[in-house]
Amino acid sequence: MYKLPFEEINKLFEAVSLNTALYVPVKKNDTVVYEKYSENTIYAYDELNTVKSAKDFFFPQVQDIAQFKLRGKSIEIINNEEDYESFAVFGVRACDAKSFEILDKVFLAEPADPYYKERREKGVIITAACEKPDEVCFCTAFGIKPWEPSGDVSVWISGGYIYWQANTQKGLELTGKIKDIFNACEENEIEYFKAQIKNICGKLPFGNLDLKYFKETDEKDIFSSSVWDEIYKGCLGCGTCTFVCPTCQCYDIRDFDNGKTVERFRCWDSCMYSDFTKMAHGNPRKTQKERFRQRFMHKLKYFPMNNEGIYSCVGCGRCVRSCPQKLNIVKVAEAFSHD
Amino acid sequence: MTESLIPSVGVVTEIRIDTPDVKTFRVVGRNGKKCFNHMPGQCAMLSVPGVGEAMFSITSSPTNTEFMEFSIKKCGCLTNWLHMIEKGQEILIRGPYGNHFPVERELKNKDLLFIAGGIGLAPLRSVINYVRDNREDYGKIDIVYGSRSKDDLVDYQEIINEWTADKDVSVYLTIDRDQEGWDGHVGFVPSYVKELDFDTDKTVLLCGPPVMIKFTLQGLIEMGFDKAQVYTTMELKMKCGVGKCGRCNIGSKYVCKDGPVFRCDDLEELPDEY
Amino acid sequence: MQMIAEKIKEKIKELTENGKISRVMGWKKGLYGYDSEPFVFENGDLRDFTYDAFSGANLCKYMIAQSKNDGDGKILVLLKPCDTWGFELLDKEHRIKRENIYALGIPCGGMVDIEKIKKSGVKGITEISEKEDTLILKTMYGEKEVNKKDYLLDKCLVCSSKEYKDCDELFMTDLCGDTAEYDRFEEVEKLEKLSSSEKFEFWRSQLEKCIRCNACRNVCPACSCVKCVFDNDNSGVAAKANANDFEENLFHIIRAFHVCGRCVDCGECSRVCPQNIPLHLLNRKYIKDIKELYGDEDEAALLTFTTEDKEPSVVYERGKNNV
Repeated sequence: MYKLPFEEINKLFEAVSLNTALYVPVKKNDTVVYEKYSENTIYAYDELNTVKSAKDFFFPQVQDIAQFKLRGKSIEIINNEEDYESFAVFGVRACDAKSFEILDKVFLAEPADPYYKERREKGVIITAACEKPDEVCFCTAFGIKPWEPSGDVSVWISGGYIYWQANTQKGLELTGKIKDIFNACEENEIEYFKAQIKNICGKLPFGNLDLKYFKETDEKDIFSSSVWDEIYKGCLGCGTCTFVCPTCQCYDIRDFDNGKTVERFRCWDSCMYSDFTKMAHGNPRKTQKERFRQRFMHKLKYFPMNNEGIYSCVGCGRCVRSCPQKLNIVKVAEAFSHD
Repeated sequence: MTESLIPSVGVVTEIRIDTPDVKTFRVVGRNGKKCFNHMPGQCAMLSVPGVGEAMFSITSSPTNTEFMEFSIKKCGCLTNWLHMIEKGQEILIRGPYGNHFPVERELKNKDLLFIAGGIGLAPLRSVINYVRDNREDYGKIDIVYGSRSKDDLVDYQEIINEWTADKDVSVYLTIDRDQEGWDGHVGFVPSYVKELDFDTDKTVLLCGPPVMIKFTLQGLIEMGFDKAQVYTTMELKMKCGVGKCGRCNIGSKYVCKDGPVFRCDDLEELPDEY
Repeated sequence: MQMIAEKIKEKIKELTENGKISRVMGWKKGLYGYDSEPFVFENGDLRDFTYDAFSGANLCKYMIAQSKNDGDGKILVLLKPCDTWGFELLDKEHRIKRENIYALGIPCGGMVDIEKIKKSGVKGITEISEKEDTLILKTMYGEKEVNKKDYLLDKCLVCSSKEYKDCDELFMTDLCGDTAEYDRFEEVEKLEKLSSSEKFEFWRSQLEKCIRCNACRNVCPACSCVKCVFDNDNSGVAAKANANDFEENLFHIIRAFHVCGRCVDCGECSRVCPQNIPLHLLNRKYIKDIKELYGDEDEAALLTFTTEDKEPSVVYERGKNNV
């Protein structure tokens, strides 16, 4: 383990960015986003999470697939040449780090998604422990430890120092290239800090969110529960929850005719949208109730059924914070736990 | 980079008009060869840039080594467009996707009863011709096929000239309403199936409009069939074909990956959302 | 507020017992004290009903779906003054079945923006109680008191009137408090003073944050098309993402044009935006322009024609002067 005085954090950023493109959370225009590091970057270390999750790095909102040129009856395919540069993302929280494992289960399952795979291989994830979890956090309900975040490298910011620990081969390689800036230190220097976070996490109001109902009840029974009839009614049918969510991975494939070629791209889609399942001959999910139900059934039942019981939610709290009408997965789980 | 979402170019070499709203398209690669191999019941994504992309079952049998065929009904954006094209038009194709009818396992040596309604014959035709080409591996074949009218029977010529000519293949055709020049059966498929009173040891392959599937299945159960003897094939909106885009699920199963072929008893375990 | 909520509950009970209404569109208590959600209370069950400093959501748009079925009886909808303007619009444009709705105007003394409290550095809020204008915040890191007036929603800071429209009954509305701190056109004027390139820069930097979630559209009482052009595959502009880097700009500009002359300035678009884009400023600019060009009284300026109307050349003139 290494450490560096926190006020010298830009020295760390500088060193990393000499080796690879570096992205850091910053406050910008009244929102919190990842920005490519430059000397003017101010790390928003007191912001717990970016508004959009870190999934963009691996599964961007828009991904070009190919272009087509139509001439008479023939079609020319122009493959999309994209250079994937290596990059590092700094300040990823434990929840988002876990979300990559969930996305892996979808995108790396055979046949693996080449865009995602390429980016996963090129990306180094540097996580940061959460000094001050927020009430909307409930990651501990999914066994995530914000005091010991996973990732290629983990950092802790405590007592005026930033502590650095490599966890994986990728992390070790990066550390090898920049370790001159650090001082070596003992791992137990941050034990107290870890214990402190752990202690605060005990106070998270939904840190022990009760998911027993979803775990133990048959999918058909949850599906047909009358609870759904009530809890969706405030839903606007916008896509906010799905777009800020680190584990939502549904996408659409669309064509854009630019006048010269037809660009085919893939973009995020939302099961909350009315046209998500609309076909030429009809739509199996006709009202917002069905769409609302699908989102939570997917996260809390279907996904675990297909993936050794792992929920497709990491408790990052973004949907809790962002839903315009204050509906969210915690309320859904709560509604069923009282049933 | 091997890319499952990037299609290849297919050339439409033949277009056959089957019914007023169904055409069958013959597709090969630019090199004149089959685009890829498939199993009966599997699907392919066909698309036209700027128009749309959609999943279609491959109508031709895998035993056809020269080309693939798709019987397509005109009903949406893409299919309308396809119905307007001429021979020689290039389209985009990727696949094959999904599972297939268990022709190598459960269906082997069984007496097979095919029941189709309207365009529902398209996915079953692949199996029927596969089974006909591997005749010694399967038992007796019965085919019940119905549509709105005689003109709506897809590829009537092949049915009459080839299927009915086969030994050990019995074909039962029906149309919804009586019509001039038709001396066959008149009535809906579900009731016709009951009338025909098949032995209940057959394995059933069923495809058609949802309401026809529903009532036929009900009838089969009443006749003494078990749901585990009945296979059907599903269709929901699909985009990726590889179980990632997240929209074609019925409960925890994805139609593009876990389906489109389902055994009816397995289907019954899933939430009723299709 | 709690007193008002209790009185409203009593009122609802009375109306339910008299058979005037069958259900209620109101706010349901949330998990943390600041997250009350729009909810339909049925069968007289008012469990978890709340009307508190965080009931900012405008419930009028839910009436499109809720009033559709004649067999369901009347639904009571609770409307704050600014909510009623959108309600009136939906009524005028025949988007709701007015006869299936009982609109109850309720008092409002300004609603609180939880994001503003959070941005001031308060974390881990688990419970909130109100004592007059004071909010007592119980947090994971200790207790804190704040003055509600310091954290009002932007839309409340420019509250233009406490006028109720199109209500069946007004209830305790004399309890309305004044919250306006500045004129609603002040922000627009500031933008007008910028040069064209500064204006462009401002909007580009704001609109590039857009994630195309459609929350602004879906909450807007003026956006009541059965099928939005941006959802229509055949329109050529349907999109869930931005095919190029100007598309989200296009989306918002077209939307602003479409609600122009109809926007009631309820401020919901900015309230719901997860990226804090000040969308209301686009619409408010149009409102200001219409006022200036057609006068205060003309309610349907864009739907009527008089010979005194400004000629199209006014666009050019104003452009020259950078208005």
